[in-house]
Formats: sequence, structure tokens, C-alpha cells
Amino acid sequence: MTDTALHTNSRSPGVIVLRWGLFLILGLFALFYLMPLFVMLTTSLKSLEEIRTGSLVALPREVTFEAWRTAWSGACTGIQCEGLRPYFWNSVILAIPAVAISTILGAMNGYVIAQWKFKGANFVFSLLLFGCFIPFQVVLLPMARMLGLLGIAGTIPGLIFVHVIYGLGFTTLFFRNYYVTIPAELVKAAKVDGAGFFRIFWSIFLPLSLPIIVVTIIWQFTQIWNDFLFGVSFSQAGTQPVTVALNNIVNSTTGVKEYNVDMAAAIIAALPTLLVYVVAGKYFIRGLTAGSVKG
Amino acid sequence: MTEWLERHIPKMVLAPSFIAILVFVYGFIAWTGWVSLTRSKLLPKYDIVGLIQYERLFDSPRWDTALTNLWIFGGLFITTAMVLGLMLAILLDQKIRVEGALRTIYLYPMALSMIVTGTAWKWIMNPGLGLQKMVQDWGFENFTFDWVINPDRAIYAVVIAGVWQSSGFVMALFLAGLRSVDGEIIKAAQVDGIPNWRIYTAIIIPSMAPVFLSAFIVLAHLAIKSFDLVIALTGGGPGYATDLPATYMYAMAFSRGDIGQAASSAMVMMAVVFAIIVPYLYSELRAKHD
Amino acid sequence: MKHYVKMAASAIALTCATAAFAEPQAEVLHYWTSGGEAKSVAVLQQEFADNGGTWIDMPVAGGGGDAAMTALRARVLSGNAPTAVQLKGPAIQEWYEEGVLADISAVAEAEGWADVLPASIAGHMKCDDIWCAAPVNVHRVDWIWANADVLEANGITMPTTWDEFNAAAEKLQAAGITPLAHGGQAWQDATVFEAVALGILGPDGFRKAFVDLDMDTLKSDGMVAVFDQMRTLRGYVDDNFSGRDWNLATAMVINGEAGFQIMGDWAKGEFIAAGKVPGDDFLCLSTPGDGFLYNVDSFAMFDVDGADKKAGQELLAKLTVGKNFQKVFNLNKGSIPARTDVDLADFDSCAHLSSDDMSASADNGSLLPSYAHGMALRGAQAGAITDVVTAHFNSDMSSADAVQMLADAVANSM
Repeated sequence: MTDTALHTNSRSPGVIVLRWGLFLILGLFALFYLMPLFVMLTTSLKSLEEIRTGSLVALPREVTFEAWRTAWSGACTGIQCEGLRPYFWNSVILAIPAVAISTILGAMNGYVIAQWKFKGANFVFSLLLFGCFIPFQVVLLPMARMLGLLGIAGTIPGLIFVHVIYGLGFTTLFFRNYYVTIPAELVKAAKVDGAGFFRIFWSIFLPLSLPIIVVTIIWQFTQIWNDFLFGVSFSQAGTQPVTVALNNIVNSTTGVKEYNVDMAAAIIAALPTLLVYVVAGKYFIRGLTAGSVKG
Repeated sequence: MTEWLERHIPKMVLAPSFIAILVFVYGFIAWTGWVSLTRSKLLPKYDIVGLIQYERLFDSPRWDTALTNLWIFGGLFITTAMVLGLMLAILLDQKIRVEGALRTIYLYPMALSMIVTGTAWKWIMNPGLGLQKMVQDWGFENFTFDWVINPDRAIYAVVIAGVWQSSGFVMALFLAGLRSVDGEIIKAAQVDGIPNWRIYTAIIIPSMAPVFLSAFIVLAHLAIKSFDLVIALTGGGPGYATDLPATYMYAMAFSRGDIGQAASSAMVMMAVVFAIIVPYLYSELRAKHD
Repeated sequence: MKHYVKMAASAIALTCATAAFAEPQAEVLHYWTSGGEAKSVAVLQQEFADNGGTWIDMPVAGGGGDAAMTALRARVLSGNAPTAVQLKGPAIQEWYEEGVLADISAVAEAEGWADVLPASIAGHMKCDDIWCAAPVNVHRVDWIWANADVLEANGITMPTTWDEFNAAAEKLQAAGITPLAHGGQAWQDATVFEAVALGILGPDGFRKAFVDLDMDTLKSDGMVAVFDQMRTLRGYVDDNFSGRDWNLATAMVINGEAGFQIMGDWAKGEFIAAGKVPGDDFLCLSTPGDGFLYNVDSFAMFDVDGADKKAGQELLAKLTVGKNFQKVFNLNKGSIPARTDVDLADFDSCAHLSSDDMSASADNGSLLPSYAHGMALRGAQAGAITDVVTAHFNSDMSSADAVQMLADAVANSM
């Protein structure tokens, strides 16, 4: 498609005006998308005094990283004043296994549903898919009971478990839609050669899967890292993820509001996902192009 | 034995996920359905008393507002994000030199949590702090942008923030869709002298039907689950003007200790989801039979 | 040297008292996360540690405790309840009815709580006949705060009737000052509403309406008048009030942008933090009318396993009601001690007024629980009332419609 992009090479005045108009529109939208980040960033670099007196959108007169330091290691979330740091690591050791496990399970599920059809496979798939849409508030209470019965209430493994379960629908959907585009003849030929279920997956499907693995990891990482509801409900002191700590800093209902610290904390909490999008965004589009969006 | 194993491995691989979903999604929905028939208050109780919670639900003006808001918010959010996403994708597809940078700029909001999005937009849309004040300070004294504090407009403010967050993702989906349209057909059309806009409306966009469906599903799922965004942006206010079913249910279950009522609202929400998703699943899976 | 002996002695006493027990330990779920509040809780944590206990902090901020209550439900259902939880009002009894609260009567009786707490406040701490929670403080909700300079410049004295208040507000409005600083969040609307209701309905009417949920009172002409006054107050609020946090509204009074604020005594902390002196820079007076609306924070102890946790609960309960903590915490927080035998010499004039009014109203039966702060009603009913109050305040609904809606909502919430 890129080779046949819809533009002509002629340089008539009309075309030039059109292209400038195009850039103008794209630029205006870029401003629209950047504005909140700009406000957050500049606010986080101002002193509290300057925020009170100045305009929200003005550049900081004096850049100070004090708010960032406070947010990372000094802001109080209750009695402890350790900033986001300890909670940040909780999120890391929570998100990495949860993303890995749900991606692996999704890949296996997608592989079975797309290529090893058995009676009822589509039914299982639709059950899984509908699971994507269950509002999480619905599952909080019964899930709490279940985690208690399993003996993992309030622990990081408990949170990983919850995220894996409710991530399954989307990861399976991604992989299934990707694998369904791979010709069934490939599996047939491999079977004739005597390759088994796992061998075919390992040596044929996995090497082809990089684009969709990237898409799945980005999606799952964003969902899990940004989750607040499960984090606040299924954690206890010592296992709270970074979003809960962010909420404690930002949402304190009384006392002086330190907007600069709030904003710095919000950016710090969002950094890993931002980084993932900025670094892997290209692969994200490629992965989507490679098949996940085809019905 | 090995042959039997070989034949059943696929089922065995799928089985754990199947059981997990059966218990943790459908079991829990059934549980919610049961609780919605009880008088559960602070904690769930299991003595069925009938449909009283549903009667209370439909008698509640606040639930009316929440449901109306779901239609307004859902409809506007989905269509605006789709139109904007498609437009940006088409514009970006014109061999733009800085495409990579622009794409990242449009896409990054998806990386932020709704809490962060809501907080940032709360500031920008606050008439005394943000955009309105800025433009007025520039000398346009009559400029007003007070949607977030106007009970009749606040839900549209939520739409703006939601669209800001999600339209980049939709753009990515459409861009991927555009890139996978068969180039030969377009070339042929160009050779025939068909104008570009006609090529888009007559050939490319219709061929992207599955992408529209995917985008719709992702957006519908976000609209129905929108909770953090409303909490962070308006807290459901002014009054309860921006209440959505998800926030209504949360308020009932967790701040009011009225779990039976929350369960009944959850069941109604689930019915809405069901009505949207089942046709999609039907078309999706029937196509695969051909 | 003497100090060490004393410490050793108390250490021995403690070891003896808890001979069979492990080191006291408490995981405390609370939503005191802001600067001043967190400092106040730190005082308790310090005392707890000094007595050999291990304090595990579990703060969950947001929504006036909503997020904390979500976490609490999940924890209780998973059989993993926190040791102690910041709870208040009828919610304590509701949790007790679910069979998950612990009995701390032993500590309460040993410490003689019954003798030092006002009867109505002690009532909130009891479930059936046992003690199940420890009170931390008494906040008064029905306060008017004012900027002294602004009032003086406009020749206004603190209003003692709602008519006087309205007249003063008109004057301020004419002078280009926002009469009433207010934040448009549901609980703040409810706070103003209940202060107005107490003034117009009187203590008996208030009790009938918001404690007994008496339908006749809820539908009475008095209630129409309450909503009328709310509509009048709406006219005294600036345009940009929606969603504003209460402390930002307080800041408007502090810097003279606004004349008055109707808010509980936690607002005082903001004035003090800004270096203002009560009586000179800012004024405090109860809202027009008789009565005293209280909002009592407390710790409820949950039923947990383990000798160390049980020991932790007893120690925590004892320290919470202890004189030292009651004094230090409340000096920080703007409230007054729940126990009546604490020396108030270090407290300011507003706290003295609060304390005197509390004793007086306890005697004449006008010491009433705040509905807006979850002291008077259970969540479902209080929430239903707040829905109507905030819907009325944020629209052009007529008072008659609001009263009808109020009665319907209360009936529907049962």
C-alpha cells in the first residue's frame, strides 16, 4: 500500500496548498494530543508558588526538579514518606509475570482455536471473547472470596492470577485472529512429516509470531500497569501497586495540594507505558497490520 | 495411548483457560444474578426475595441519568473516535515525512491510565485555571468553555477526554487496515483515472469492514467500562450529571453498602453488553464456516 | 536515669500483661493521607512503636474513604481482614451485624471509657452491648468560617440567623466579593444542606428527618424552606465551583476572594497552616440555629486470628482513647478530643467554643449526628438523600419537586 500511496508527484500550486493544509491539520491535532502532557510536564517543573500565581499553560520561569524527587522518594502516602519508589517495584514484579503468562496462554489458546479446530472450539472462543467485556466492578467481591479460598489474597501472586484470568480474552483474540490467517496446509504438511502439536507450534508458529507478540505485550502491559481497581482491592500493605500509591498522593482530600508533585508522580507512574509506546509504537502498527485487525 | 494423547492435546491445552473463564466470568455473572435477587447490603447474602432490586433500580432517577449518559457518551465517544481515527489514518497515509513522530504523538495517550487522563483534562477544562482563563487572558473576554462544570454539558467534556485517550489507538487500527489493502486494486483504479477521494470511499473504506468491527469492539468495551475517567474528571458531577452505569454500580456496592442494588445494575449492564457483542460474535464466527 | 527505670518498668509491665502473647502487631487501613492528617496518625504510630508494637500502614486515599471501603470489603470477603480500620457512624454497627468485628470491651472497661466519653458518642462505639470501636475525635460540622478583614471592611458581623446571613451575602455580592466559598462535590453540598436543615428545622426536626427518616418531616413545609435557602445560597456561590476541593474553597476565604465558607472544623487546619489567627484573621461561629452536628472518626477492630494481632488491637484501642493521643491528634486536625477530661489549654478559641457547645447540647438533647458525614444513617439512605440534594443544588429544580424527590428517594432506598 505504501508504494501506491494516494498522492501524485506533480508540483502544481493546488497540490502544494493541499499539502500545506494537510500539515496544518496534522499539526493542530498533534497540539491537541500533546497539550495535556505539556501541562503536566511544565507544572511538574514549577515551584508551588509559581503554580499559584502563574498561568496553567505558561512555561516555568525557574525549572526545578524538586517535585520529581519528592514524588519518587519523598512524598507521603499515609505515614510512610517514601514516594512512589517501593510501589513502583511492586508494579514491576507484578506486571512482568502477568504479561508473560497471559501472553503465553493466549498464544496457545489462539493456536488451538485457529488451527486445531475441534467440535466446540468456536464456542469456547466466543465464551472467552465475551469475557473481555465483563465490567471489572462485577467480579471484585466474588473474586475476593475466591482469592481467600485459594490462599493468595493480598499477595502479588494473587494479583498476577487475577490479571492473567481477565487478560485471557484479549490475548486469545489477538493470537487467534493472527493465526487464522496462516494457511491450514502448513499444519497438514508438518503433520505428514510426523511433527506433533507442540513441535509445530514451536518451529512453525512461534517464529512467525513476533508482530502479534509485540501487540499483545503492549496491550497487556498497558492494561495491567494502569490498573487501579484490582490493585486497590486485592492488595494489602506492602503489595500495593504504583497506581494505588499515585492515587494516595493525588487524591488526598485535605491539606495543601502540591500540584507539582501530583503531576510529577503521574508522569513517573506513566513512564514505563509511555516508554513502551514510544519505543515499540512502530512495531505496534506493524503487528496490527500483520493480521490482528483482519476479521 | 500416545495417539489418544496426540488427538486430545489441543483440548487439554485449552481446558485450563476454558475452566478459568467458566468459573471466573460466567460463574461470577451467575453469582451476581443471584445476588441481584437478594436484599444484600454491606456483604453478599443469599436469601432470594424476588425482583425488588430491579424495581428500585428503575425507580431511581439517578439510574435513568446513568443509562441516558451511557447512550450519549457511548454513541458520541464511539463515533467521534472512529471518525477522528479514520481521518487521521487517511491523512497520515499520504506519505508524510514525519509520520513516525506524529503517529507516536497520536498514540501515546493510550499509554496513560484513565486516572492520569482525567486529572490532566480536569485542569485544562477548569474554567478558572485552564483553557478558558488562558484565552480570556489573551484578550478574548467573552470566550467561555465551561462544559466540565455545566450539568447539561459535562458529559460532553467526558467525551472529549475519552476521545483524546482512545482515538490514537483507533488511528493505529485504521492505519494498519489501510496498509493491508491490496495495492493492485488501487493501482488499477488510479490508472482508470478515478479521483483519490472516490478510491477511498468506494474501494478502501468498504474493504476495511473488519477493522471497523474491531475498532467498534475495542471502543464499546472502553465505553462500557469507563469508570476511572469519570471518577477522575468529574467525580460523577456536577450533581450526578455524569454518572455512568459503571460508576453507579460502584457507588452502590462500595460507598453505599447496597450490594443487591449494585448487582441488579450490573446485570442490566451485562445485558447491554450482551446485546452489543452477540451479533458481532455471530457474524465473526459464521464467516469462518464458509 | 529515672527515665530508663520508668521505661524498663513499663516494659516489664507490658511483658507481664501480655505474657502469653507475641509482640503486638496491627495492620491499619485508613484514609488519612494528607499532610496534616498523616502527621497526626504518625503520632499514634510512634506511641504504638514505643509500646513495643509493630504498625503496618495501609493507607487508601480517595473519595472520602470510598476506595478504602472497597479494599475493606475485598479484604473481609477473602478472609484476610485488616487488624484495625478507620470506620465511623452506623457503618460500625453494619459491619458488626455481618459478624466480622472484634470485641474490645476488656480494654474499654479497664480504661473506663464509659466515664470519659459523652453518652451519644459512646453509643456509636458500641455494638449491642459490647464495645467494638475506639473514638479518635469529634469534628463539628455546622460551622461558618469567615475572613475577618473582609467582614470588617463591609461592615458585617457574624450572622446568627439565615436572614442575617443572606443580608450579609447580598452586601458582599454588591461589593464584588464572592459571598460563599463552596466546592461543588456531592458531600460538600450535603454538608451545607445539613447545616441549613439544622437551622431551619431545629434539632428535633433534624432528628426526625435525618435520624428517624420520618416521612412527614421529610415532606414538610420546613423542608421546602430548607431547599429554598439552598437555592438562595446557590446564588452566592461563584460560577467556577463545580468539582472544587474544599480546601481550595477555604483558600478563597483565606485570601479574601470570598467572605464565608460553611464547612466542618477540619477547615480550621487550612487557616492555621496559612498562618492565620482565629479571632483576628478569621472568625468561626456555628451556623444559625441551635444544635451541634458531630462527625466522630473512630477505629473499628476486625476479628482476626493470631495473638500478636489481638494484642495489637488492644494496645491500639488503649492508645487511641489515651489522653496524649487525643490531645496531640486533635490539635493537628482541628477537631476536639472525644473524651471530655482532656485539658484544652493548648487549644484555640474555636475549639473551646466547640467543646462548650458540645457539653451544652449534650445536656439539652441537641447533640446530633451528621448525616452528610455518615454518622446518622446507613450508606444507602444517606446516599439517596445526597443524590437529591446535589441534583437540586446543581440544577433549577423547584423546592417542591426536590422535597417530593427526597421522599421518593428515601422510600426507594429502604
